[in-house]
Amino acid sequence: MSITIRNLTRRFGQTEVLRGIDLEIRSGELVALLGPSGSGKTTLLKIIAGLDWPDAGQLTVSNEDWLAKKAQERRTGFVFQHYALFPHMNVRENIAFGLRVLPAAQRPAEADIAGRVAKLLHFLQIDALAYRFPAELSGGQRQRVALGRALAIDPEVLLLDEPFGALDAQVRRDLRRWLREVHDATGSTTIFVTHDQEEAFELADRVVVMGAGRIEQIGRPDEIYDNPATPFVARFLGLTVELPVVVRGGRIEAEGLDISALTLPAHPDGPATLFLRPADIGLVPDPRGSYRVTELSSTGALLRLRLEGPADCSIEVETPRRLGQNLAVGQTVLLRPEAGQIFQQAAPRAIAHAA
Amino acid sequence: MQAPPPGALAPRASQFVPRLLIGVALALTAIFVVVPMAYIFHRAFAEGWRLFAANVLEPNTLHAIGLTALVAVLVLPVNIAFGIASAWLIARFTFPGRKLLLTLIEIPFSISPIIAGICYLLLYGRQGLIGPWLIAHDMQILFALPGIVMVTLFVTAPFVMREVLPLMQAQGSEQEQAALTLGASGWQVFRRVTLPNIRWALLYGAVLCGARAVGEFGGVSVVSGNIRGQTNTLPLQIELLFNDLNVTGAFAAATMLTLIALVVLVMKTLMEMRRG
Repeated sequence: MSITIRNLTRRFGQTEVLRGIDLEIRSGELVALLGPSGSGKTTLLKIIAGLDWPDAGQLTVSNEDWLAKKAQERRTGFVFQHYALFPHMNVRENIAFGLRVLPAAQRPAEADIAGRVAKLLHFLQIDALAYRFPAELSGGQRQRVALGRALAIDPEVLLLDEPFGALDAQVRRDLRRWLREVHDATGSTTIFVTHDQEEAFELADRVVVMGAGRIEQIGRPDEIYDNPATPFVARFLGLTVELPVVVRGGRIEAEGLDISALTLPAHPDGPATLFLRPADIGLVPDPRGSYRVTELSSTGALLRLRLEGPADCSIEVETPRRLGQNLAVGQTVLLRPEAGQIFQQAAPRAIAHAA
Repeated sequence: MQAPPPGALAPRASQFVPRLLIGVALALTAIFVVVPMAYIFHRAFAEGWRLFAANVLEPNTLHAIGLTALVAVLVLPVNIAFGIASAWLIARFTFPGRKLLLTLIEIPFSISPIIAGICYLLLYGRQGLIGPWLIAHDMQILFALPGIVMVTLFVTAPFVMREVLPLMQAQGSEQEQAALTLGASGWQVFRRVTLPNIRWALLYGAVLCGARAVGEFGGVSVVSGNIRGQTNTLPLQIELLFNDLNVTGAFAAATMLTLIALVVLVMKTLMEMRRG
């Protein structure tokens, strides 16, 4: 089922939660909505499910106007962050719920329901939990049951809100791989919401980065990682070091910077901001360097340094400890960025974050 | 969260103060609750089973028991429906006046029931606001069953809502939303998800509401008119018998009311155990 979203807007009182979303999702795709909290990603997901309604815009699924359909008629599989399992039903009853509430004419016979539930339990590797109640399950098990309940109605669109948000790191990684397998096996169109870029990049075919109610960038994970399209995306993806530079004749000029290792797309002349990941900056001890080490601490694998540069600029960088043996507080260094992104005069940080 | 008990080598605190407090609590309960209640039964049966039975089966007392039961049976379903509806409204929606509505529903908790009775009297009485119109249309509200039921409804209005609301607020609406995406109709969501989640709180609220409806005195005494064998509920009948100096009769009737209260108490305790 392909999903087409046109100019979708949603306001909560004075706050614009979604400000004109345009998005095209192909049938069978696995898409991540990635963004910080408050970026509108969950609202967008709920609108697709029919649990919330936009103030303007269009939502078309396989050429059908979904804004004319109630949540019950859309038959999406929705998995909530905190699972929302029915506490008074055991695992089998939870999974069978979507089949039991069908109108009598469409409802499968009791034996068929039992068969389908058994098949799902097996598929989700939770056969042993069939007669347990939600309160007796771990977080990861609850997540599987919640997904089983959503899959029982054969949804063509599967929606997951922060599906791994409440789980610990190991379970998270296991379930991530497992969700990819489930998606590939069912062939449904899947959209999941996350604030964790690693999760989005590992799992999704395409990532939609959202900020303050807008889509900032859409692309394949590597594309976005290598070429963040806006200062917002750059900051969100960890390019937290921002250096003021001047582009002249296609070359970047900045005091104390050795850009020989950096390849960037052509950029128009004028003042600009260079965005770098703290770990993508090589440090070359140089008595004539214009950055001075003011703080230095070790995290075991990494050295974390605070540097003070020209015009009172203070930045934080990281370097593998074995490469930083010869660094000390008070020393001056030359910065040698290895990857980064350049934007014309980025908006000040504070504003981008408040949004 | 309960802290684990300390190990065997922990220093022992003196048991004097806890024991003293437990003793005081038990003594006060005995003096103020157990002894008076036991005395009711003692006096009721003091002159033998036969007289007790005769007193309970006395037509006016019997009628009062029936009327009281009828009032409770009429009030309970209304209040259960009203309690669920108002709790759902307040828990699931934000609208202007939501806090005000909550306060209004809770007014009967803080207002003396006799004031409710007087309000109804002023509203529906012969000289009241709508009284003359009612009389002209031959509708009897005061000094009849409708008035008694209405005052009892007023007094018991908050009980179910107050039990159900906190639970609904704590549970949030995600389960209901999940049921919607799974294709459940509004009624199916209520029947299969909302109701099972609140069933113990609902039953608990209903039991409290029932107990209050059966025992209500002040409000009902104003609007019932105290007509023997017609509009006297059990609490009013007890007072009447007592004023008639028919002490054994009064105690016999009181025994019936106390028995109802004890049954409610046991049910309530059982339910609290189920709710954990």
